[in-house]
Amino acid sequence: MAALTPISRKPLSLVLPCIAAAGGLLGLFVGTAKDQSTLGVLIGAALVAALGFFYIAVLKNEQMAKWISIVLFAGFGFFAGGIPGVVLGLIFGWLFYWFTYWLYEGRYRARLLPYLTPGQVLWHYGFRVICGAIFVFLITPILVVMPLSFNAEDFFTFTPEMLQFKAEGYSLKHYQDFFSNNEWQRSFKNSLIIAPIATVISVSLGTLAAIGLSQSHVPGKRAIMAIMISPMIVPLIISATGMFFFYSQIGNWLEGTLGLDKNFVGYIKVVLAHAVLGIPFVIITVTATLVGFDHSLTRAAANMGANPVTTFFRVQMPLILPGVISGGLFAFITSFDEVVVVLFVGSASQKTLPWQMFTGLREQISPTILAVATILVGISILLLATVEMLRRRSERLRGLSPG
Amino acid sequence: MTDTSTQSGPMLAADGTPLKKSLARALRLQKMRALALIAPLLIFVLVSFVIPIGSMLFRSVENGSVAETLPLTVAELQNWDATSGELPDEALYAAFTTDMVAAIEAKKHTRLGSRLNYEHTGMSSLFRKSGRQIKKLDPAADAPFKDKIIDIDKKWGDVETWQVIKTHSVKYTNGYFLNAIDMQRTVEGAKAQPEDKQILIKLFQRTLFMSMVITVSCILLGYPVAWLLANLPARTANVLMILVLLPFWTSLLVRTSAWKVMLQQQGVINEVLVWLGIVADDARLVMINNQLGTIIAMTHILLPFMILPMYSVMQTIKPTYLRAAKSMGATNWTAFWRVYFPLSVPGIGAGSILVFILSIGYYITPEIVGGTKGVFISNRIAYHISSSLNWGLAAALGTILLAVVLVLYWAYDKIVGIDNVKLG
Repeated sequence: MAALTPISRKPLSLVLPCIAAAGGLLGLFVGTAKDQSTLGVLIGAALVAALGFFYIAVLKNEQMAKWISIVLFAGFGFFAGGIPGVVLGLIFGWLFYWFTYWLYEGRYRARLLPYLTPGQVLWHYGFRVICGAIFVFLITPILVVMPLSFNAEDFFTFTPEMLQFKAEGYSLKHYQDFFSNNEWQRSFKNSLIIAPIATVISVSLGTLAAIGLSQSHVPGKRAIMAIMISPMIVPLIISATGMFFFYSQIGNWLEGTLGLDKNFVGYIKVVLAHAVLGIPFVIITVTATLVGFDHSLTRAAANMGANPVTTFFRVQMPLILPGVISGGLFAFITSFDEVVVVLFVGSASQKTLPWQMFTGLREQISPTILAVATILVGISILLLATVEMLRRRSERLRGLSPG
Repeated sequence: MTDTSTQSGPMLAADGTPLKKSLARALRLQKMRALALIAPLLIFVLVSFVIPIGSMLFRSVENGSVAETLPLTVAELQNWDATSGELPDEALYAAFTTDMVAAIEAKKHTRLGSRLNYEHTGMSSLFRKSGRQIKKLDPAADAPFKDKIIDIDKKWGDVETWQVIKTHSVKYTNGYFLNAIDMQRTVEGAKAQPEDKQILIKLFQRTLFMSMVITVSCILLGYPVAWLLANLPARTANVLMILVLLPFWTSLLVRTSAWKVMLQQQGVINEVLVWLGIVADDARLVMINNQLGTIIAMTHILLPFMILPMYSVMQTIKPTYLRAAKSMGATNWTAFWRVYFPLSVPGIGAGSILVFILSIGYYITPEIVGGTKGVFISNRIAYHISSSLNWGLAAALGTILLAVVLVLYWAYDKIVGIDNVKLG
């Protein structure tokens, strides 16, 4: 429907002012950097408008216009700012070509409903620009961290060498520091011990409880659900305060009466605390998977002589496995990412990676944090991909439409 | 028809038991099985989460230390009129000496001193210093004590000292809660704290105000994005969804450190602005260690929690409604405001409560980017737990915060239902 909208060439009186405005904006930036804002705007607008007029009225060849603007802008960029200027020039050159022809050929109308007024078209694209800005806001902080972690200097900002893409501006030294520094390695190891154990506890107990909750006659279902979700709702600082009081008593008892090793008790406390925090996520995801579960399947299995355990592992488990795994991943990331509770409940020998980062950020801020952050972003990309895959698989299995 | 009317007894199951009974048994069995599956987790959550929270609530009113350490003194204090302005009599000083000698032996007097120090500055050092001297007294032989005790430290001859001990000698106190709202427990009842000590109410107000600002900015930024995601073709929406989900899955510490890197005076944003010439080199923007820093960073961190519920509500709104409204002559704005927006309000409500609940309890991000002006009540709780060791006050602050959150949680349950919480 939308593709059938006829497009027509627009008059120069529309195209030229638009691209001149864009050129003026670009000129404003270049000009302000050289303390000549007004001049920058005027020159930018004039140059770009002249170029546009040349393409449309004289050249009349789209392919040639494309290459001319890319080469011209890249050359100008090289002149103004070296290698990074070239990169910017290439991008802006292509953008300029695309924007000019997008306007001139009326391509911006191609995907819209034919009856929209110019105001509506403007709003349509203006809205997209706003949304684009919000997406940039969402993603920029995460993207900025990555290149900075390869900084050769101990700075938290881009050095001139980095901006000029010189090899000496980049190094892996912060990564080397992370992998050789005892503090970081110990905290990383602690995270790798605590998070999986806490995940196993919360997944096994959580899955059983979710299956129980999904049955039709559960007395006090709402109250039970509310209690089980509460670790997610109660602010972490309050959970941490309560656990701080309670677990120190439990710890004293375990050490004093049972004579357990202090270190070992410390791990038990942190693991239990993290397991509780992960439970709501397991309950929520597994319950969501069980909503579409066909209970006649278990009855059929029982009918054919399977005992409840076999039924659970051979029939029910494979079907709800995607939900269980993604609940487990949520629980894992909750524990792996948790600072407040471990800060209160744990002692120095249970220092986890986030705790180490937290002290790093608060006290001696070292760029190694950025290397760690980049590694963690990598991990979260992996987790995100896994969860998405599982979600789609689960929807396919349950016969819902692929979302 | 005739069969049922002639059969006199109740309907029977195959094994001869009445059907009603047999069904009830089956139902009971089913309930038991469900409960048996739930029980391990329920017990686990109760023991390792609900009881700790309960112990925190208890600690906010519990106040045994005066009555435990100075039992005889507390009994004697009952007879003393604290408002009279006169010093207690010899009997009380004698009881106090006996108590103190026992307490010093058990090394409990310094703990009592630091407990009373939260209420009245100087008590800690008074107990510590006098402890060394009182130890030498013999409660059986050295009477009378009144002048000797006052000789050791003239503060024992101060009516105020005894007033403080008397007001805090009750076993369960509302003192911590009064402290938490900038008041104090005195002999004349609850009174406002001195002006220079009134910070907590201000901190509560700031926490609520900043959480509201964060919630509103999340709505403003989240609504357009959720609308776009819900109205784009599924393939494009899925790709763009990654941009929302990636921050959601990224470690909180990573995002906080990223904002620290971005917002610093020598940080990325300032460098770019200076390079563009928008900001002069000596007038770099101060965006960190203040409220602005906290608001920016926390809006970014909580935005996915706003977008996801809004998106799931908007997905269910049919685009035909808008077209119908327009075909009947509504302008774009009317169609949106009168048709689409009311349908999307549940999403806004769900997201707002979620974001608000999460933000009033935030600790890590304000601690790192908030400086002193941008911290929340949770930072104060952490301070009392780890630095000032006034655990009772920390527990009272935590209890108030918990009450606020529970009210919001209840509202969330009414509006959305906890069963409808969705992730990812």
